[in-house]
Amino acid sequence: MSANMVAVLYLLSALLFIFALRGLSHPESSRLGNIFGIVGMVIAIITTLMFKSVLSYTEIGAAILIGGAIGTFIALRIEMTALPQLVAAFHSLVGIAAVFVAAAAFYDPASFGIGNFDSIGTSSLVEMSIGTFIGAITFSGSILAFGKLQGTVSGKPIVFKFQHTINALILLFIVALIVMFVINQSPTIFWSIVIVSIILGFLVVIPIGGADMPVVVSMLNSYSGWAACGIGFTLSNNLLIITGALVGASGAILSYIMSKGMNRSIISVVLGGFGGEQAASATSDNSDKIVKQGNAEDAAYIMKNADSVIIVPGYGMAVAQAQHALREMGEILKKEGINVRYAIHPVAGRMPGHMNVLLAEANVPYEEVLELDEINHDFPMTEVSFVIGANDVTNPAAKTDEASPIYGMPILDVEKSQTVLFIKRSMATGYSGVDNELFYRDNTTMLFGDAKKMCEDIVKSLA
Amino acid sequence: MEAHSSEVFVIGLTVFFLACIIGYYVVWSVTPALHSPLMGVTNAISSVIIVGAILAAGPIGHDISKFFGIIGVVLASINIFGGFIVTYRMLSMFKKKPKKEKKD
Repeated sequence: MSANMVAVLYLLSALLFIFALRGLSHPESSRLGNIFGIVGMVIAIITTLMFKSVLSYTEIGAAILIGGAIGTFIALRIEMTALPQLVAAFHSLVGIAAVFVAAAAFYDPASFGIGNFDSIGTSSLVEMSIGTFIGAITFSGSILAFGKLQGTVSGKPIVFKFQHTINALILLFIVALIVMFVINQSPTIFWSIVIVSIILGFLVVIPIGGADMPVVVSMLNSYSGWAACGIGFTLSNNLLIITGALVGASGAILSYIMSKGMNRSIISVVLGGFGGEQAASATSDNSDKIVKQGNAEDAAYIMKNADSVIIVPGYGMAVAQAQHALREMGEILKKEGINVRYAIHPVAGRMPGHMNVLLAEANVPYEEVLELDEINHDFPMTEVSFVIGANDVTNPAAKTDEASPIYGMPILDVEKSQTVLFIKRSMATGYSGVDNELFYRDNTTMLFGDAKKMCEDIVKSLA
Repeated sequence: MEAHSSEVFVIGLTVFFLACIIGYYVVWSVTPALHSPLMGVTNAISSVIIVGAILAAGPIGHDISKFFGIIGVVLASINIFGGFIVTYRMLSMFKKKPKKEKKD
């Protein structure tokens, strides 16, 4: 195959990837988009297999089969509630794969047409080491993010003295290593870059806690793209550069949307430590306030007599796996002629769009699921807000209390509806460690208990 | 042959910035409800680095670079299959539900 032919096929593949993302602008076009993505990938792989230098089909075929079988098995088995950790795990694979490709290019540059061992061009060396650096950070950062999301590692932010100074020094050290690597092309230094970058990846994610995870997962998504880009530059491969840039841009935009959803700069999220220390101080002054408690029958009665109900789900719904019971409750209410809708805060859950997927899984029609800006002005006209597993994203303090750590965060105005039903396991504070004054309002009824059990009980009472 | 001349780099840089701009506009057009599938798909396509891994694994022989290439192919394949399949699973949940009465 001629070089031009290869370039054209790679271009085709890149275009298909762009269409794959474009398809996601609407649920109806999204499945076709996914197919475009698959076709683009198949074209890219087949084109590469046609290279004259590629001869060991058996080994490559076996490698694809093994990897494909593992990937298929995992993807078919995974529970939708476990999506965030799955995505984190996948990001780590992209990162480490980038490291392996860079290592292969370093040991056998001739296969990639970038010179010979010991005499690789300077720009290739720089690109190679940057690709390695980003790949290794993505790898370890994603592994730690996976651990935190899975619960194997504590989700609490871990902060220690001079954290940022240490990270900055390590970064400087990596830059020095890269300079040395470019000068002497030593394998020892190459692997030192890998190891030190892996350490830095861990340190970068350590101080970031639970609810900031959507930002971290998006950021690692972005890194995995930039890593692919770095490899693309090393191999002078436009397909890798384009795809890497698409993924990098996508992750960066998601990170931006997520941090905006919390009214915090990406920098402050990255620096981490949010919500760790304030936890103790905020609760004290509310201890004597009265909380109105209710049970499933009360909730069922209130909702049955309403005209409109807005359901506000949060991470707690995912933890309790309450989405199916919730949907059943919604169905019954709809049959009673009640207008039932779902309001999703941008940072609800542990990854962008997490709640939407869970509700879709439970067969909630996507037309009933609305974003913050679409539904927020409807709360004053709504009779019942049903908050399930969300907390901070409904806290009116974000609008009124300048001293609050969540001040300025856009919230769902549930307090403006006539009645707020708030499912919660206990009076504990939300992730931010801030007490929610909503609990003490006259129009709020607290429903204490497990989210799933509560929905099931409400369904029973409604029947 | 200086295959990696500055000219090649500048072409790469041009492609890179144009792709970033395309990415910017395309990703903003993605509906927020599909942000999770977006991560699934981007995860799958970023594994296009399998192209580099295949080139490394390509030559006959048993050197270290080929070994790295094979590992790279396995890892990237996990992602490609896993990423596209999990995205498919997510997207099939977003199918329009026929407006029928649920039997309870």
